[in-house]
Amino acid sequence: MPELNEFLIVAAVLFCISAAGIFLNRKNLLIILMCIELMLLSVNMNFIAFSYFNADLAGQVFVFFILTVAAAESAIGLAILIILFRNKYSINVDDINTMKG
Amino acid sequence: MIKFTFYLFSLVLIFAASRVITVKNPVHAALFLVLTFFSSAAIWLLLQAEFLAMVLILVYVGAVMVLFLFVLMMLNINFDTLREGFVRHLPLAIFVGLVILAEMVLVVGAWDHAMPTEVAAGSNTAALGSILYTEYVYPFEIAAAILLVAMIAAIALTMRPHTRAKYQKPEQQVKVRREDRLRIIKMDAETKD
Repeated sequence: MPELNEFLIVAAVLFCISAAGIFLNRKNLLIILMCIELMLLSVNMNFIAFSYFNADLAGQVFVFFILTVAAAESAIGLAILIILFRNKYSINVDDINTMKG
Repeated sequence: MIKFTFYLFSLVLIFAASRVITVKNPVHAALFLVLTFFSSAAIWLLLQAEFLAMVLILVYVGAVMVLFLFVLMMLNINFDTLREGFVRHLPLAIFVGLVILAEMVLVVGAWDHAMPTEVAAGSNTAALGSILYTEYVYPFEIAAAILLVAMIAAIALTMRPHTRAKYQKPEQQVKVRREDRLRIIKMDAETKD
């Protein structure tokens, strides 16, 4: 069985990839949403690894709730993206400057 | 054997995640995200979290990614303009990613090596269910409320009323008074001829 550190490092690599992805695709709102999903996935992997190595089911319950909230978040995010596209015909982050003041 | 499986799926996971953020076509990015979810579900299976692995595949691959692909294909987006600045931001992205990675690896490396404790035999799903419906029943209901709120919000945000269709307006129907609809006129009786 791999050690706890290896699971944590895989999750850390996943988190860094998604953080870099937000920097790389800072104009494309869809890819930014996907990167947020990846970040939540890496956090979930940490929770499950700790839950296994400490023999405590509370971590898995927490992952369950994170999955719920993430699903709700992506549904609302995509709904906002759709009405944004309907109004501005673009999902470029640079075009969202109506409230810049 | 378990170690080999773990490394194989980790490599697939990291490869797919790095393709998600670098491919040109967002449809391919969504499909690589599906691959990422599948391989992380396999890693969760190694950690004996069977229920969550199944939920990840059912909810994420089955629902969320389909939603993403739906939105991607229904909107007519010009993706070429969204990609400009990719090369310009590449050094910054690599720098930030490496800094975060170095910090995390330092922290994790300083961790004392925990050995896997013996997990109770039996169904993971049953254990999770028995703890979820007793100890965590209020958070569970709050999660249900969050899903309901998300559903109502998504529908309310994206629904637009048909302009041509005719709707009943109950508030106006209730407010109507007799004088608005009925007119009593006085006139002389007409003769029959």
